[in-house]
Amino acid sequence: MSGPSPLVATPPPTVGSERRRLFGGAGRLRLRVPAKLRNLELLLLIFAVAIMAAAVLLVQLGALGAVDASFFPFVGGLALLAVVMHVVLRVVASEADPFILPIATLLNGIGIAMIYRIDIAQHRLGWQSSGIRQMVWTAIAMVVALIVLVVIRNHRVLQRYRYIAMFVGIGLLLLPLIPGVGLQINGARAWIGIGARRADGTVPLSFQPGELAKIALAVFFAGYLVTARDSLSLVGRRFLGIRFPRVRDLGPILVIWLAAMAVLVLQRDLGISLLYFGLFLVMIYVATGRLSWVILGMTLFVGGAVAASQLLGYVANRFGAWLDAFNNDIYHRVGGSYQLVQGIFGMSGGGLTGSGLGLGSPNIVPFAASDFIVASLGEELGLTGLFAILALFLLFVSRGFRIAFAGQDDFGRLLGVGLAFIIALQVFIVIGGITRVIPLTGLTTPFMAAGGSSLVANWIIVALLLRLSDTVRAQPRIVVES
Amino acid sequence: MNKELRRVSVVVLLMFVALFASSTVITVFQSDNLRVDARNTRTLYSSYLAERGPILVNGVAVAQSTSSADRYRFQRVYSKPELYSAVTGYFTLNQGNSGIEGALNDYLSGTTNSQFLNKLNSIITGQDPKGASVELTINPAAQQAAWDALGANTGAVVAINPKTGKILAMISKTAYDPNLLAVHKSSTVIAAYKELVQSKDRPLLNRAIAGDLYAPGSVFKLVVASAAIDSGKYTAESLFPNPPTLTLPQSTSVISNSEGGTCSGTPQVSIATALRLSCNIPFAQLGLALGQETISRYATAFGFGQPLHVPQTVTPSKFPTGLNPPTLMLSSFGQASVRVTPLQIAMVSAAIANHGRLMQPTLIESITSPNLTIIQPFQETVLNDPISAATAATMTSLMISNVTSGAASNARINGVDVAGKTGTAENDESPNSLRTLWFTGFAPASDPEVAVAVVIENGNGFGNAIAAPIAKKVIEAVLNK
Repeated sequence: MSGPSPLVATPPPTVGSERRRLFGGAGRLRLRVPAKLRNLELLLLIFAVAIMAAAVLLVQLGALGAVDASFFPFVGGLALLAVVMHVVLRVVASEADPFILPIATLLNGIGIAMIYRIDIAQHRLGWQSSGIRQMVWTAIAMVVALIVLVVIRNHRVLQRYRYIAMFVGIGLLLLPLIPGVGLQINGARAWIGIGARRADGTVPLSFQPGELAKIALAVFFAGYLVTARDSLSLVGRRFLGIRFPRVRDLGPILVIWLAAMAVLVLQRDLGISLLYFGLFLVMIYVATGRLSWVILGMTLFVGGAVAASQLLGYVANRFGAWLDAFNNDIYHRVGGSYQLVQGIFGMSGGGLTGSGLGLGSPNIVPFAASDFIVASLGEELGLTGLFAILALFLLFVSRGFRIAFAGQDDFGRLLGVGLAFIIALQVFIVIGGITRVIPLTGLTTPFMAAGGSSLVANWIIVALLLRLSDTVRAQPRIVVES
Repeated sequence: MNKELRRVSVVVLLMFVALFASSTVITVFQSDNLRVDARNTRTLYSSYLAERGPILVNGVAVAQSTSSADRYRFQRVYSKPELYSAVTGYFTLNQGNSGIEGALNDYLSGTTNSQFLNKLNSIITGQDPKGASVELTINPAAQQAAWDALGANTGAVVAINPKTGKILAMISKTAYDPNLLAVHKSSTVIAAYKELVQSKDRPLLNRAIAGDLYAPGSVFKLVVASAAIDSGKYTAESLFPNPPTLTLPQSTSVISNSEGGTCSGTPQVSIATALRLSCNIPFAQLGLALGQETISRYATAFGFGQPLHVPQTVTPSKFPTGLNPPTLMLSSFGQASVRVTPLQIAMVSAAIANHGRLMQPTLIESITSPNLTIIQPFQETVLNDPISAATAATMTSLMISNVTSGAASNARINGVDVAGKTGTAENDESPNSLRTLWFTGFAPASDPEVAVAVVIENGNGFGNAIAAPIAKKVIEAVLNK
């Protein structure tokens, strides 16, 4: 563990100027010309939009055999949004990381192209089509991200609201459980309905508040752990060479564990439960440096999950479908492995280079545009495409970790690592589920899968990471990589 | 804090490495196993992505794939669906294929090993994959003539070139439209198939080669007479008693000649006369005298009981074993339990026409790859030599007189020697029972170009009245008369 950093890490200006004087010469300092970063970002954005345009074009040529006018709203819409975002960044966060926005835009764009491709296969047009709705949700999500960027000019403000964030987070989590508001979709009660209920029980708009809760909880964890970490890390008994916490300090981890188990049991959502708990463990480990928390937490969670797999039919089904997916009984069972196996057939059929956009049959797989969009992408873009997408996610996460490494205040660093880890863990849970690394759960692939709540939440993460990176770089300082 | 961050980074990296590894395992290492999984419908879809080769008659496609807007990309279209339904068969979406479509599916879809290099080549050159085209031996004029002549009758016509074995015409009625089964919606295909299967006309049966087998009636006398002469035990002039009726041994059943009375008005007749006038009683006695084993040996030599592919599978014709004397006597003039396909009867005529040499019948003229190299050229194959050339010559002269001055008079063609034999098998014992009507023969007798067999199911009257004129039309079409 590094030496205790000051809670508020902004170096007083006098110190900065002193150091500048002390070391003399600009060569020792990482002084950046702001425009350079934004120009790089603009270049990458043009590249991202061009790739998305090519993808939509290929989808139309492959699936329709002709270029169609609907090319323009998709590509033009995304280009416009990206440019607006870019211009605003030049004003309000000119030193922000130049890679985050292009990566998010590109992933979002490829997702829209694939959703549009599934629409074509399923003959959905106009407002019925998920592609257009995804485009609208992208616009909403990016506007929300802009608002976050404009309103939160200093991320440390968030630390003050950590307990409000906690209540908001838990409130959002529990919202779907309220009768009349919550909706059960495909077994999981993780949605809320907005607007009047139709006769068939569907609603005009459904939203997954758990997606937003993950951000609120990351803010809460960061704020809480920064203040509480001394008591969590320094006190405790040593046992087998590991210092275990005192019983009275176990409160928070037990509360989070209970919340995760509540989500698992009441909302029947294994993925979200795993995501929150994983996030908490990583953040508490980074804050305290104590492996004992991780061991304790994993023991609790695995114990809870094993108990749930014994007691809850749906969890047991998920495990059965994971371990013995190709068993014909499990394959044909309701809630069995049909979707998983068909997704694997699709990816294996794609091979190294894929069938080409618009030329495969990804729509055989249920939820090809949302939960299983990665299988659809694997089929049509091949292993090469999957690797490129995974690499983009890895790059995105690494930019988040970079903020955590380079940050000067512990709250910002914790928040950065938390937000980046949310993306990493979510990608792992989704793609790992589809490729049978872990049991399949109902999470969405960030930025790509069809679904508004996930888009809004992930674009807020983009905004927060941009804000954090801007703060990190906006203060000229000597490069200190301890 | 940085130490923890570094450790977490490593964990994140490992998580991604696991994803890289798992996706590689699926797309690279398991893909062969996954592709052959029966539940993998993508394998099926991709097989429809190649353009299926056409089936050609005289260079004109009777079945071909045209581009379609749906995900299968190609639609199978039959240009003269009913006329060629007995030949082409049908091609469906995963509901089975029949006829040439079924028997040559690997060639038509381009998946045989001999087409592997073509496939590789098309991948490299970027051409769309294509299946091989199949040229048939069918003579379109003969096919059309047989279709027209058969008219509204239920039955079948087969014409063969006796020298080469090429099948010149193959009609089975009632026919069906294979386009109905080529649509790309499984439920529609299944509904159409069900309707065809349940139809009382049973149009999906290829009566020429694989329907219910027929009792051959008097056309089987050709086999018995050939056996009698070729075995050396008798000549065409050997005499047999010719009573108007005969009570079968060990039974009370009485057999008679087809038109009652004595066949020629004489107490004894030669084999030649008995064949010419199609007398039943002398042949019953000849069969009994020859013995089951001899008849069976010759029947087998003509192809009875032998597996045959043209290339679609032909149901073997049956000359039963273990017959008691009365059944053997009935069988000797094509009643009782002898059962044949029209193709088998045409093969008997063809062997007699070709100096006793039986050629392998086939529908395939050639198979050509999309880049115009011939994958499988036509090859004559000798199937067997059931009788000697001398016996064949004797049989030919007997069959000629059968047409010129005998029971098969309606097959006469001006200026052409036609050799022929009629048959009329009773479907049951009642006096007004429906009959299976036959004609088989070949022409020109001196230098045969076509051997033909015609069968009419559930007909009224005699083979000479109904079946022989149909055969005549087909022969005329082949001889361009």
